[in-house]
Amino acid sequence: MRFTVVSFPGSNCDHDCVRVVEEVLGEQAALVRHTADDLDRPDVVLLPGGFSYGDYLRCGAIAARAPVMAAVRRFAEGGGPVLGICNGFQVLTECGLLPGALGRNAGLDFVCDDVWLTVEGRATPFTRGVRRDAPLRVPVAHHDGCYFADDATLARLEGEGQVVFRYVDAAGRSDATANPNGSRANIAGICNAAGNVVGMMPHPERCAEPLLGGVDGRLLFDAVRGVLS
Amino acid sequence: MSEGAIKGKVTVRLRPGVLDVQGKAIANALADLGFGDTEVRVGKVFEVSLDAADADAARARLAEMATGLLANPVMETFEIEVD
Repeated sequence: MRFTVVSFPGSNCDHDCVRVVEEVLGEQAALVRHTADDLDRPDVVLLPGGFSYGDYLRCGAIAARAPVMAAVRRFAEGGGPVLGICNGFQVLTECGLLPGALGRNAGLDFVCDDVWLTVEGRATPFTRGVRRDAPLRVPVAHHDGCYFADDATLARLEGEGQVVFRYVDAAGRSDATANPNGSRANIAGICNAAGNVVGMMPHPERCAEPLLGGVDGRLLFDAVRGVLS
Repeated sequence: MSEGAIKGKVTVRLRPGVLDVQGKAIANALADLGFGDTEVRVGKVFEVSLDAADADAARARLAEMATGLLANPVMETFEIEVD
């Protein structure tokens, strides 16, 4: 199985993703640059975290218009599984593959911490079979993770099961105290209408092996491998 | 860019109802400085020089730039002025 990791100028979690694919999963990884017009035969596409183009203009805005995104769009529209992590989530909203937008954290601070997430909504390639009876512990590290969508979009996301990760406390309660950035409805991650494109602010690749202090993130990578094999 | 370039200005604002945390922080700082209660909304101004046949053509081009890149319609609106 082959995972393509897309690297933009300023991406800084691209090699973390490659490491998870190669060292943790034992699968193939291809690192594809922002100028590429081809994704190098992927089964799965990962858009990594970082500060693409220095976060200039708006986070993810310039990366969303990079040449490689035409190929990402084709892959996504063909039903291929795409996961955008942190800056990758911002890129997916900026290019319109996911609804809504990510703005400055409500508290204005850069947030770097472990958070708890519930897995909910529809079973996407990255959440199918992942435990729902207890929250996952996954780190966040971002300045612009406040998810915004208008009321109609929010109602559609909730109604269609497109909210796939939500910030909660360790006991699984979703309230304002468990919300690290002011996201509407504590939303930490969503999927598109078809369910194959997922974006999330937390970093599963940073908690995919015991050395990193957590392994819950691995569940997402195992899920997509399970779905495709 | 030729000498006859037209100068335009695109102003991008957050939509009403979108939380402007920077604006709030600035309003708080203004209050600390003795300016009393204010409401502040932070926007962006893009000054763009471009080649275009006339002001209308420039305006149309700037609108394409705004919808294609400069503004995110989910959270922002834009306004165009041409000299």
